[in-house]
Amino acid sequence: MEFAIRALEHIGKNARVFLSHLSSLYSLMVSNFYWTFIAPFKKGQKGLSREHVSYQCVFMGNKSISIVFLVSLFMGMIMAMQTAYLLKKFGVVMYVGSLVAVSMCRELGPLLTAIVIAGRAGAAITAELGTMKVAEEIDALEVMGINPVRYLVVPRILALVIMLPCLTMFADLVGIYGGYLIGHYSINIPTGLYIQKTIDALVLKDIWTGLLKSFVFALIIGFIGCYEGLIVKGGAEGVGKATTISVVASITLIIFADCVLTSLFYFVFV
Amino acid sequence: MVDHIIEVRNLDKSFGDRKILNGINVDFERGKTIVIMGGSGCGKTTFLRILIGMLRPDAGSVLINNIDIVKADEDQLIELRKKFGMLFQGSALFNSMTVGDNVALALREHTDLDEEIIRIMVKIKLEMVGLSGFEHLKPAEISGGMKKRVGLARAIAMDPELVFYDEPGAGLDPVVMAVIDKLIFDLSKKLGMTSIVVTHEMESAFRIADKIIMLYEGKILEQGTVDEIKNSKNPVVQQFITGSAEGPIALRRSGEDYFKELTEES
Repeated sequence: MEFAIRALEHIGKNARVFLSHLSSLYSLMVSNFYWTFIAPFKKGQKGLSREHVSYQCVFMGNKSISIVFLVSLFMGMIMAMQTAYLLKKFGVVMYVGSLVAVSMCRELGPLLTAIVIAGRAGAAITAELGTMKVAEEIDALEVMGINPVRYLVVPRILALVIMLPCLTMFADLVGIYGGYLIGHYSINIPTGLYIQKTIDALVLKDIWTGLLKSFVFALIIGFIGCYEGLIVKGGAEGVGKATTISVVASITLIIFADCVLTSLFYFVFV
Repeated sequence: MVDHIIEVRNLDKSFGDRKILNGINVDFERGKTIVIMGGSGCGKTTFLRILIGMLRPDAGSVLINNIDIVKADEDQLIELRKKFGMLFQGSALFNSMTVGDNVALALREHTDLDEEIIRIMVKIKLEMVGLSGFEHLKPAEISGGMKKRVGLARAIAMDPELVFYDEPGAGLDPVVMAVIDKLIFDLSKKLGMTSIVVTHEMESAFRIADKIIMLYEGKILEQGTVDEIKNSKNPVVQQFITGSAEGPIALRRSGEDYFKELTEES
C-alpha cells in the first residue's frame, strides 16, 4: 500500500515537472512568434537584425553542408544496394532508381539531415545559450532592455527554418546521386534508364511532403535547443547535461513527429 | 520635497519556506550613491534582482520614476530598462563580442545612430574607464579588473539615470577596487547618475556612499549617512563594521541546537 502511494507520488511529481516544462516551452514559442511576426512591424520597434539571421544561416547551413553531403551520399548508396537485393529476386532491378529517389525525398533526406543538424546546430545552440545563461550574459541582455528571445532565439529559429529545407533538398539530390553511383557502376543500369525511372517515380508530393517534414523538424530542433539552453542551471555541469538532453530529446521528437506526419500523409492527405 | 527615483513599499519575498525579504520600505534619492549592505544570505542580491525587475516579489511595490515595475508589462519594462545600467558581479560581458561591440550593443539596439557616431561614443565611454584602445580585444583576452571596467563602460553607454552595481569589488585587488570606487564616485558626482551599490566591503562602502542601508535577516536594520552608520549603537551593525566573529550575527546555531541535531535520528 505504502509502495503504491509512493509510486503515485513519484509519478505525480514528475508529471508536474513535465507539465511545467511544457508550459514554459509553449510560452517561449508564443514569445518567439510575437518577436518574429508582430513586434518588428510595430512602430518604434527595431526590426529583425538581418545580420544575425544571416550569420546563423551561415553557421548552421554552410558549415553543415559537407557532413550532410557525406551522410546522404552513403545513405543513397546503401539504399541502392539494399533495394537491389530484393528487386533482383523479382527481376526488376532497374527500379532501383525509383525506390532510392522516393525514399530519399519522402523520408531519408529530411530525417537524416534533421538528425545531423540536431547533433550539430541543436547542440551548439544549447551549449552557447547555456554558457551565456551561466555567465549572467542573458540577465545582462534583459537588464539592457534587450529581449533575449528577440536577440538570441528568433535569429536561430529563423535560420534553422530557412536552412534545414535547403539542406534537405541538397541531401535528396546527393542521395539520388549516391544511388546512381551504385546503380550504374555496380548493377550496370544504363544512365538514361536510371534517370528515366527516377523521374517517372517522383511526383511533386514526394518532394513537398519531405520539405514540410524538414520545416517541422527545424522548429523542433530550434525550440528544444533554445529552451534547454535558456533554463540551464548550475555551471559547466548544467551546460553539459542540457546539451545532452537537447540532442536526445530533439532526435526522439523528430522521429516521433516523422511518424505522425508520415501517417497523416499516408492515411489522410492521400 | 525630496525627489525619489525609487520607492519601495512593503516588499516581501520567500523561496519555499524561507522568508528572504520581509516588509522592506525604503526610498532612494535621485542623484545620490546608495549602498546596500549586509552579510551573505541577508537577501541583498534578491533585493537587487527585484529592483531591476528580474524577480517578482510576493507582495509590495517598487516604483521607479513612478512606474510600478512589479506590475509593468514587457514594453514598459524595456522602456524603463533603457534608463538603467547595471554592472554585474562577474561583469557578464558577451564573450563572443569584442570589447567595443559589448559597449556598443545597447546603442545599436536602442538607437538609430550612425555607426560612425556609435564608434565615437564607444571610444568616449571606454576613455572614461581608462580603456580606450582596447576596443578590438575579446573579453577573454583582458584581466578581471579590466572586464569590470568594460562592464562599467557598457552600463553607462546609454547615459542612464540609474546604475546598479552588484558587488563591484568582488574578486579585485585593493588598488583596482579603489579605482572602481573612484569611477563610481565620479560618475554620480559629475554626471548626476543615481548609483545603487550592493556590497559587503565596508571600506569601499564608506568611500562612496551618500547613504547606507543595512539589511539583516530580510529587514532594514539601519539606514543613514556614513557617519551615522559608523556611530550606530546597534550591536549587529558594529559587529559588521569591525568584522569580528563574536557577536549577535551567528553563523551557527547555539550549542544546544547543534547537539540536538547531531544526536537526533534522521
